[in-house]
Amino acid sequence: MGKTTEMKDHHEPTDQAADSRPADSSRRAFMGVAAGVTAAVVAPGVVLHSVTAAPRSEAVAGDVRWGLLIDTAKCADGCSACVDACGRENGLDLQSKPEGAAQAHWDDQKAVWIRKVKLRDNQTGRVTNLPMMCQHCEHPPCVDVCPTGASFKRADGIVMVDRHTCIGCRYCMMACPYKARSFIHEVMEDQLTRVPRGKGCVESCNLCVHRRDFGEASTACVDACREAGHEAIVFGDLKDPESTIRLRLAEMASRQIREDLSLNTGVRYSGI
Amino acid sequence: MAKAAVRAGLVAVGLAWVLVAQVVLAADAKTYVVEGSKAAALESCVEPTDVMRRKHMELIKHQRDETVHGGIRTSKHSLAGCVDCHIRYDADHAPTPIHRKDEFCGACHAFAAVNLNCFDCHAAVPKGAGADSASHAAFQAVGVDRSVQARPDGEDH
Amino acid sequence: MKRIIYREWRIPPARYWSLLGILASVVGIGALAFAYMEHQGHWVTGMSNSVVWGTPHVFAVFLIISASGALNIASIGTVFRKPLYKPLGRLSGLLSAALLMGGLLVLVLDLGRPERLVVAMTTYNFRSIFAWNIFLYTGFMAIVIAYLWSMADRHGEPYNRPIGIVATFWRLALTTGTGAIFGFLVSRQAYDAAILAPMFVVMSFAYGLAIFMLVLMFSFGEEGRPIGDRILCRLKNLLGIFILGVFYFTLVYHLTKLYGAKNHDLVGWLLLDGGIYTFMFWVGWILVGGLMPLGIIYHPVLSKDRSWIAAACALVIVGGLASMYVIIIGSQAFPMQMFPGHTVLESGFFDGVQGAAAAYRPTIPEVLLGLGGVAVALLVTSVGVRVLQFLPESLADDVLPADEEVSAQQPAGAGA
Repeated sequence: MGKTTEMKDHHEPTDQAADSRPADSSRRAFMGVAAGVTAAVVAPGVVLHSVTAAPRSEAVAGDVRWGLLIDTAKCADGCSACVDACGRENGLDLQSKPEGAAQAHWDDQKAVWIRKVKLRDNQTGRVTNLPMMCQHCEHPPCVDVCPTGASFKRADGIVMVDRHTCIGCRYCMMACPYKARSFIHEVMEDQLTRVPRGKGCVESCNLCVHRRDFGEASTACVDACREAGHEAIVFGDLKDPESTIRLRLAEMASRQIREDLSLNTGVRYSGI
Repeated sequence: MAKAAVRAGLVAVGLAWVLVAQVVLAADAKTYVVEGSKAAALESCVEPTDVMRRKHMELIKHQRDETVHGGIRTSKHSLAGCVDCHIRYDADHAPTPIHRKDEFCGACHAFAAVNLNCFDCHAAVPKGAGADSASHAAFQAVGVDRSVQARPDGEDH
Repeated sequence: MKRIIYREWRIPPARYWSLLGILASVVGIGALAFAYMEHQGHWVTGMSNSVVWGTPHVFAVFLIISASGALNIASIGTVFRKPLYKPLGRLSGLLSAALLMGGLLVLVLDLGRPERLVVAMTTYNFRSIFAWNIFLYTGFMAIVIAYLWSMADRHGEPYNRPIGIVATFWRLALTTGTGAIFGFLVSRQAYDAAILAPMFVVMSFAYGLAIFMLVLMFSFGEEGRPIGDRILCRLKNLLGIFILGVFYFTLVYHLTKLYGAKNHDLVGWLLLDGGIYTFMFWVGWILVGGLMPLGIIYHPVLSKDRSWIAAACALVIVGGLASMYVIIIGSQAFPMQMFPGHTVLESGFFDGVQGAAAAYRPTIPEVLLGLGGVAVALLVTSVGVRVLQFLPESLADDVLPADEEVSAQQPAGAGA
């Protein structure tokens, strides 16, 4: 089971088979082959990200601003590739319903970083599918309201929670206009090393911040969407005029959700 | 009366001294590094042992702020590095959570009666692909360069 | 007019200790509820990622604004120079501090990480009204204690009025700040209204006074100390005016929301088909918390009867809790308007599919925690009045000073 997951994970880990257990060498060899095969299948037409970039050794600076562009025309009804990939990448699939919890209630209590939403225009009847996640605002309301400053915006535009100083007051969840944040309602025992998570703190999409710091090119949801053949999500640096995301933004009309709040979101949508 | 009080005081001081000495001796003599962990084969940690014993929490805390806010992942003082190196694998090669009472972190914290809450949120075993990438710097610092080992699948061209 | 003598609350020990025992058990049960929620995590509560603040916050906010309102009586006495109210100042101050303590305790114990309270006390983000409120609350506590000292100690007398003025402004700031916690939230339609801040101020007047009157009537009644009709009639009428004030702000709040088309759905939902929230609004907030007590207070016969006056106060408190329930929980239950003009057909995270409100059912531990906070406030008050001289011996008409401070200008003392 582990193997299949990790094979699917091909684009998710930073240093793929970085296992150090001696018994794993044969598995590593197998996975190397598997990874190669997957890459060969996926590679055509895809800019393969390189994993050669070194881990970050200097503090992030404001010369980049990470963001996403979502082309809702390409977002497929019923597809949940991005949601599933996010779950695997960020350990959200490791949450388990506490014994005795009602399923419906638990669904609203477990952490969700990205979700699919399907909309219908009341007047025209046009149906739109899109993924919603933290919009990584330039002026995030969650950061403004946090009493301890645990909710913060990194210099590269990623809005995240420093869970070492989060007291779990949930005021940021009250303030977020996108319902992007989740509170951890239960005791966690099964975390991934790259994504800590614990009872009583708030968290949300952080644009796969570990991938950013280890120099990878995109996020789990973007990779999954591409692998599913949709390419509805583009990730990139909003400050770099030559980046793919900027070039795409230059050619297609896009909007921010709740533009009226003037938050200047880092996640843009086209076709809504 | 006063004499008795002085005597009692002296006895109390003596007892306290014996107790303190015992504790200090025990702490000095006893090592909590567990057999079957990578650390067991190494001379010392990323800093000299006495520094680690007294200051590891400060080192980790400093590092955590740099990592969370600055995104720096090359510090040798990362918690993931602690876990990666000090974790013990049992007979079935399954890692034993490091905060358990008889493991590296848990045993000493239990002895010192200091609350250990890192692992409320952090993984207590190396878990997930890339789990050891955060510990590269630590391994390099102690002279075990694993960068070769870490990229075996020919993905880097 | 006689000298006002303050005396400890001397009800029979058996009665006193049983009262204390009951309150302590409620506190204990609240503590157990907290331990349970803290051990298990918040999944055992009705709260979720959709309704993130639940019943504990209803109690906490209610107690906090009542705390500020309970100080009103002292303010009227010192700041607005109404000697009639001066004998009530000490109890007003004590009750105010006690209610704040109870409310804050509930708020803190509902945190996801209550053990990190020290973080909240040492790291601040001054853009957050919440951080400011931490100062407003702790400062309020300090000021009330100083205020009490200035009322009780002869050396404090010269400072009484200055401290009283500071306390009055501080308490207005505190309730404004508490209202602003909600009023500044742009994300949710039901919040995002600056009028919530003054509305909370007026609500605090009404709820704080209702609690004060109940405590006063109970403590005096238990010991057989007299309360004259004059003071009771004054307090009762004051309560009536405050209730009318709450009505006014409620009306303006809804009119503001109704004016623009974008909030029609919210007001329609809340007033007509919001289920429990509609019920809480009309029956709890308007009928029980407003019309019924008004009916009693301005009734020619009932308003003379002390049991009815007490009933009116109790109704105001019930209505106050209902109004907090609507404001805090109802406003979260209503789905956020992320896509105006669209209907959410499907969502992976409860974005109000087909306009459905988020589900919230209070659980027993939450309610017990809230009641624990109430019991803490009452416990502190009962201990306070027992060991210190907070209660005047008598509030009979002939003991109380004149309504207005006339003697200062007219030494002849034409009044009274």
